[in-house]
Formats: sequence, C-alpha cells, structure tokens
Amino acid sequence: MSTRIRDTLVVPLLAIGLALIVGAVIMVLSSPLIDGSFDVRIPFQAYAALIKGSLGTPEQWVDGNFNAIVQTLVETAPLLLAGLAVGLGFKGGLFNIGAQGQFLLAGLAAAFVGGLLASSSPFVAVPAALLAGLLVGAAWGFIPGALKAFTGAHEVVTTIMLNYIAVFIIAYLITGPLRDPTASFARTISVGNASLPVLFGRNGHLGILIAALAVPAVWWLLYRSTLGFEIRAVGANPDAARYAGMHPKFLLILTMSLSGLLAGLAGGVQILGLTGYMPIGYSTSLGFDAIAVALLGRAHPVGILLAALLFGAMRAGAGQMQVDAHIPVQMIDLLQGIILFFLAAEVVLRKWFRIRSTGVGGVPAETTVTRSYGGQTSI
Amino acid sequence: MADPILPDIAPVSAPALEMRGITKRYPGVVANDHIDLTIRPGEIHALLGENGAGKSTLMNILYGLARPDEGEILLDGEQIHISGPTDAIHHGINMVHQHFMLIPVLTVAENILLGEETTRGRIFLDRREARQRIRDLGTRFGFDIDPDEKVGRLSVGWQQRVEILKALYRDARILVLDEPTAVLTPQETQEVFLVLRRLAQQGHSIVFISHKLYEVMEIADRITVIRRGKVVGERIPAQTDEDDLAELMVGREVQLTVPRGESHPAEVMLSVQDLVVKSDRGRVAVEGATFDVRAGEILGIAGVAGNGQDELVQAITGLRRPTSGSIRLGDRDVTMTGPRDLHEMGVAFVPADRHRFGVVLSWPITDNLVLTDYYAQPYSHHKVRNDTAIRARAVEAIEQFDIRTPGPDVTVGALSGGNQQKVVVAREFDRELSLLVLDQPTRGLDVGSVEFIHRQAIAKRDAGTAILLVSAELDEVMELSDRIAVMYRGKLVAFLDGRTAHKDEVGLLMATGGAQGPAPATAASAPGKPA
Repeated sequence: MSTRIRDTLVVPLLAIGLALIVGAVIMVLSSPLIDGSFDVRIPFQAYAALIKGSLGTPEQWVDGNFNAIVQTLVETAPLLLAGLAVGLGFKGGLFNIGAQGQFLLAGLAAAFVGGLLASSSPFVAVPAALLAGLLVGAAWGFIPGALKAFTGAHEVVTTIMLNYIAVFIIAYLITGPLRDPTASFARTISVGNASLPVLFGRNGHLGILIAALAVPAVWWLLYRSTLGFEIRAVGANPDAARYAGMHPKFLLILTMSLSGLLAGLAGGVQILGLTGYMPIGYSTSLGFDAIAVALLGRAHPVGILLAALLFGAMRAGAGQMQVDAHIPVQMIDLLQGIILFFLAAEVVLRKWFRIRSTGVGGVPAETTVTRSYGGQTSI
Repeated sequence: MADPILPDIAPVSAPALEMRGITKRYPGVVANDHIDLTIRPGEIHALLGENGAGKSTLMNILYGLARPDEGEILLDGEQIHISGPTDAIHHGINMVHQHFMLIPVLTVAENILLGEETTRGRIFLDRREARQRIRDLGTRFGFDIDPDEKVGRLSVGWQQRVEILKALYRDARILVLDEPTAVLTPQETQEVFLVLRRLAQQGHSIVFISHKLYEVMEIADRITVIRRGKVVGERIPAQTDEDDLAELMVGREVQLTVPRGESHPAEVMLSVQDLVVKSDRGRVAVEGATFDVRAGEILGIAGVAGNGQDELVQAITGLRRPTSGSIRLGDRDVTMTGPRDLHEMGVAFVPADRHRFGVVLSWPITDNLVLTDYYAQPYSHHKVRNDTAIRARAVEAIEQFDIRTPGPDVTVGALSGGNQQKVVVAREFDRELSLLVLDQPTRGLDVGSVEFIHRQAIAKRDAGTAILLVSAELDEVMELSDRIAVMYRGKLVAFLDGRTAHKDEVGLLMATGGAQGPAPATAASAPGKPA
C-alpha cells in the first residue's frame, strides 16, 4: 500500500520540484530587466517571499496574526471545489473543460438569488443562494452530459462552447435585466445577508469549511458508495460497465451534472464569500486552473486537496513576492504552467529519473486519468 | 504429423543466432533465468511455454525492447548488443507481433514501407519500385499480393502475410512470430505454415512462439520448452508427443482432454426462435437462428470467427437488441431484457474479449470479482460498499479458483491472461446458474488454464446448468459439446451429435456451410477479399 502511495506521489512531486527549478532559471535570466545585472539570489528571495506571503512568519503567529494562512485558505477553497469537479469527471471518464462556465454561471445565479434575499435572514439567504449556484452549475454540466449520451458529441468540444455561451449570457444579464441601477459600473446588486459569514481571521468565510467538507464527501461517493463504483467503472471501462448491467449513458449524464454541481458550488462560494456581487467581465481563470489542480492531484480527492493548497498558497503569496523580489505575480501562472507541462510529460520524467512504476512482473501500473480523448466506444 | 516437404532434421550447421545465459529480473519475478537458445539457419524453432513462462520477455530482449540483466546474444558467432527494435532490424532480426502493427487505412505497400521508405531524391516516395519489390517477394514465397489493397480490407490471414512481408522487405534473416495462429482459421493457419516452410527452405530462421501443442508438433524442426523462466527441455517432434510436451510445459501431468461423462439433459432452458440480429454497421449478422439449450447440456456453436457468433451472443446476453425473433429463458420472454435482469435470473456470461467486457484492467481483483453484483448483499448495504465482504469474497475466490496473484489488491492488468480469465470465471461461475454463455472461454490461454476452465464448465453442466459454448477453436467445441451447431454466414447450418460428429465433417461445414453458398475457402485465401 505504501509503495502505491509513493508511486502515485513521485511524479507530481517531481513536476513541482522541476517547475520551481525552471522558474528559478527564468527569474535569474530575467533579472537584468529588474536591476540591470544577473542576480542568482532572486529566486531564493522570491520563493522565501512566496512562503512568507502564504504562511506568514513566526513573529506574526506569535502576535496572533494568521492573515496569510487565512488568505491561502480563501484562495484554496474555490480551487479545491472546482478541482474536485474536474477530478470527479476524470474518474467518470469525462474531461470537463466546462468548469469555468459552470463556475461563472453559478456565481451569477448565486448573486441573483442572494440579491433577491439580501435583506432576509442569513439562515435563509445563504443556503438559498448557494443552492441556486449548485443547481445552475449542475444544469450547465447536465447539458454536455446529455449531448454526449444521446448524440455522442464530445464533452471537450461542447463544454468549451458552453463556456463561451455562459460568458455572453452573463454579459447580457449583467448589462441588462440584472444590472444594479445604482452602481456606477455594470454589476448585480449586492447579496447583503446572503454573504457567507466570516468564521475566522479577516476574511475566512464559510466557503472554506464547505470546501473542506467536500473532500471527504467526494471521496466517500467515489470509493464507498455503489454509485461511485458505477461512476468509476464507466470511467475505467464503459463496455465492461454495460456488460455488468450498469447504465453508462445515465451515469455519464449524472457524473457530468455532479461535476457541474461542484463547479457551481465553487462559483457560489467565491461570489457570496468574497465579492458579494457579480461584476461585469468577472475575470478569473479559476475553472481552468481547476484542471491543473485535478491533474496534479491525480484526480484523487486527497491529491486534489494538496494540489489546491499548493496553488492557493502560491496565489496568496504572489503579492509578497512582487513586493520583496520584484517578480511579477504572473510568475505564479508560469509556475503553474510549467508544473502542468511536466505532468503531461510523465513518460519523459519516468525515463529521465528512471522511475519504474510498481506493477507486478514488470507490468507497469499505468494511471489512466481519462480515456475521453480515445473516443467513445459503444456497442 | 511430420510434413513431407520438411527435411527430417535441419542439418547441423553453425548457429545463426545464440542466446546464452539470458537472465532478466523484474521486481519479485525472475522472468528469464539463464536461458540458452540456439537457432540454426533455415530452421523453424518453436518456443513453447505457458503464459507468463518468459517467452515474450526473451523475445523482447532479442528485439531490443528489454535489456537483459545477464547473458549475451551472438549473431553468426559474434556478440552483438541490441539497443532497440531499429537496431534489431538492422541485424536482420524481425518480429511479427500477435497484435498486428498495421494501419488499416493505408495500403499494403504503404504499411510495408512505413519506417523504411524508399525515396527518390530523399523527398519523394518511390512507390513504383516498392510495389515491384513487394510483388517479387510475394511471388518468391508463394503468394500473390496486391500492394495497392488497403490493409483494412484484407482478411486476418492476409494481414499476417503483410506482417511477414514487412519483415522480409527489411531483409529479415531471423523472424520471430509471436502466437501467429491465434487469430487464424485452420485453413489460414495451413497457408501461413506453407509460407513459413518456404522461408525456412530459403535459409531464413524462424522462431515460432506458441502454446498450441499440435501446431508446434506440425511446424517445428526443434522445440524448446520454457517453464517459469527456465529452459526445461529441448525436443524434436519425431521424438516426442503432445502429452510429453504438455507435461514439460506445465510441470505436471495434464489431461489434454477433460473427461466429460454422460450428460443428463432436462427441460429446455434457453429457447431461441427465428432470431435476427444486426451488426453495428446495420448488416444482418444473425439470420433467423432457432435452437434450444436444455438444462444440463452443452450446446457448442462452431464457426469461423465473424460469422455472426458475436452478435448472437450479445443478443442472448442482453447487450444487443435483436431485430426480430424471440429469446426465452425457462418460461420467461427475455428478448428485450438487459444484462442486469438476466444476471438476476441466473444467466452468466464469459465474454470473448475479456479486456473489453470481462474485467476492468486498472482495478484490483477484489473490485473485479464483484463487478456484476457489487450492488447486492453482502457486498453492499443501502448503496454503501461492504469492503470486508468484498475482500473476503476475493480471498475465497483466489483460493478456490487457483488465481495466481501476490494478493487480492493486485490490479487485474498485472495478471497473466490465464489468471485474468480465472477472475472472470470465478465471478461468473460462483453461484447458482440457469444459463451459462461461454464465448471463446479459453482463447489465448495455456493448457493448464484450459484444462481448469473446461473442468469447471463440465462441473456446471453436471450441476444442471444449460451451457451455450461459442468457440472458433474446433477442438474445444468437439471436446466439450453434447450437441454441436455450425454457424455459417449468420445461419445455423447444421446440428450434430457431439459424440458422433467427426472433426473433418464439422470443419468442412464451418468452411463451406454445407451445400449452401459458394465455397469460401477460396474466397478467404484470395487477396483483397474482406474477412
């Protein structure tokens, strides 16, 4: 068992390590742009600042200041939920690139319902707004699921298209019917009492707790329930699932809807916990970052938790890095990209570092993340 | 057994290829343990062994796909190091894999040229020259092939010849064939054998990997038997027999034919009436099949693969909707019943393509053993898995069905083919059954596993299960069936008594469909005809 865990961890850890090294090289090479000469200390300053910005310092902890850690958790929560969404899709053999659209549309739904209930009791407003996000996210996941089940349309294509549709629906609604008439720029009205309560620190909202609870919930669904068994069977071998009396079409619609539901929860949490309204052109790449989180976490809920914490910490510490080491915050996106790059090159990594996957009798234990690129097989 | 064309024993000459003391270790397994193998020029050398005995590892080492931990390889007496397949081909060593490495949408010539393009001015493919060479090679070895035919349109037998041509085009001196007959009909096998003999006569050395004893006896000049990574014997066909080889291979006495005893057919369990089933492409694959299977008997359906057996089996097991006709199980109409309901009515199914339907390769044995009844007590309760019960089942099945594995959590993909099939058999056999559908239940398995599965099937029959056996292996049908039906072009053309039927008679029916239709033996061997 422990060898299996080690085998699962080795490539992601290697990818992170190599990304930090490549990132360091890039920082050194670009350092003349900052102070005119090559400076090999810059990466160390930058990474130290990243840690400081995401975890804080012992002195701050002594003072009871945990703002850095809380900020990391705030950044982590939506990444975690959306990462679980994409990871669940992987387990069911689906590549949900539509987390972004599901996230955004759910955010709008939560903002809208939250706005309607802005002056109701928080005990009504918060659950209702979150529920609106959940349902809209699930519906936006249901569409590509049904399209795939009934027409065979590939979810990668349909979810990308649905992402655009979501963006333009949002733009229309926010500039039109849902626009807050009193605001100086196009946005929905404030959610008022539907805002997620702050539980700890400056902005440690309820969403963090929700995201944390989603990890065991998704794990339980996948590995303890018979439904999860069916979802994973369809993901691993749809023909065998059909042979075993399962209903792959139903299951893929359900998986896609559940995936959308989790992405929708992420959207609700983000809007109700942070902004308090949905602005026009709400810019985020969260739904896409979630794909990186799911891949780095090997589609396993615990792995996704670790990956989301890493990415959340990098986002939380980026500002400090820019202040201390003059490395622009965009470095974080670069690091994220390099990690993905190495993950995608797993075969090459295994060759370089002579990592043999632990199989029996020399049979490599391959990890199939998704078979959705291989085309749907049906009989 | 010995073929008249063949010289009795290849003349003793300097070896073309020697492998000395080859050792290859994988974590926990010694796949090859100081193996010595000598191949002489112009001989057909059979490498015989059960699945997982180390044949493939040895050949992968020869082909440069794996590196030996110890040992050396000598070509014409000179030591060589093979760094990879390209290097092996450069040394004149070629391999024809069990699963063809051909691209169906490309022509024969294009497939053969792939990786070895003859060019004009280094840019343009010289197709004309290539085509001519391919034709010449074909003629030299006794088969006319059209270089412009798309490979996807060729029958499996001809695809194999394309693979062989590919090797010859690269000036192969030593040709390794990995289970070349696994996918061929008896006629096609004979035709390929003819080609191999011609190759050998012209000085090519052939390594023929197989676990089919009678084939090895027929084609090989010498036989090396491998068991558990070691050479356990070398034989010449004239001085051995199948029983001797089987014992060497398995390490104990094996009953090649399981005694089946008297059958006691009772009431009709499966009744199929005028069944019409269409294939994926909408072609009528089963044309009005009508037959019964009684409880306690085995009905064997013989036929060359692709004559509608797949569609027939899928219709009966609920995976494909029939166009018309009816299927009854006992007194219930199950024509449109799905797999789950059939399962609950006591229907079990061992599918032909176990990797596609039978198991989830990336899952552990535990989960695969409950693939069909994970939702039922005791494996789950109120939709929650009971891991203790699932594990207990696995431990019991591993013991009872002799599944060779380090433990129940090992993924099925890491098991040998025989053990994978045992997982399927353990799952499907281990309950009260009304109907058992066995589709190619022993395809690709070694003699030990075949014996085991045949025994289990007969035990089920004697316990009163109706068994429908579909197999392209005529021997298997002959051996197990109480009654035999022959399927030809979607029709059941003949029903015979399993005890009195003669193999040649069934073989002829399989090939020609009896009096009906044109003789397909010529059709199958003509190039360019779809399989």
